[in-house]
Amino acid sequence: MHSQFKYWRPYVSPYDPCKPIRVKSYSTPPHLYMNFQPPGLPQFQSPKQALMHGTLWPQLYSPYPDPNKGVEKP
Amino acid sequence: MLARFLIEQYGGADGELAAALRYMNQRYTIPDKVIGLLNDIAMEEFSHLEMIATMIYKLTKDATPEQMKAAGLGDHYANHDHALFYHNASGVPWTASYIQAKGDPIADLYEDIAAEEKARATYQWIIDMSDDPDLNDGLRFLREREVIHSLRFREAVEILKEDQGKKKIF
Repeated sequence: MHSQFKYWRPYVSPYDPCKPIRVKSYSTPPHLYMNFQPPGLPQFQSPKQALMHGTLWPQLYSPYPDPNKGVEKP
Repeated sequence: MLARFLIEQYGGADGELAAALRYMNQRYTIPDKVIGLLNDIAMEEFSHLEMIATMIYKLTKDATPEQMKAAGLGDHYANHDHALFYHNASGVPWTASYIQAKGDPIADLYEDIAAEEKARATYQWIIDMSDDPDLNDGLRFLREREVIHSLRFREAVEILKEDQGKKKIF
């Protein structure tokens, strides 16, 4: 499984007058790693569950916002 | 205030209206194999347009002119009262130049993929600004749909670039 978010540290000037955001992140949803959906992917247990996730397949679910937002992951 | 941001997905460049009209129009000149896909996604985008319309309407329907003004919707109220209108978050009306139909299937599908990723990003930034947990459930659902649509368009590209007449065994 690929990570759903990527983190990077932008260059920050030692003289930056504003409080800088040291770790930036962006979302990389699972479809980026799947050119063609393979047949027979496992599905959610119930239609309600699928509705709440917006997809039938747990493997294609992309969470947002980042559950680890602000947590440093170098 | 949230209604004002949501209108970006209603009449904005990467909004649901632009998406639905783009696919519904490109569908006529795309190869037969993927017409159904564009048609289906266009229909889904129209239903998303309805969801966004309902969200905006319910957030604003009982607001007094003062409340509209305080929410930054004074300019909207001056022109439209409580009516919805196809413009983006800064009041620029929707225009067909937001969308394209190039006639080249690969060019069109790559535009569609880009449109889905941009719509996904727009949902992210709206969720970031929203403080309404119930509405966020709906927005996260819509964001996930953009992810799935993007995958479907990528699959359409794979289908079209596949060597013709080649036997494929699953």
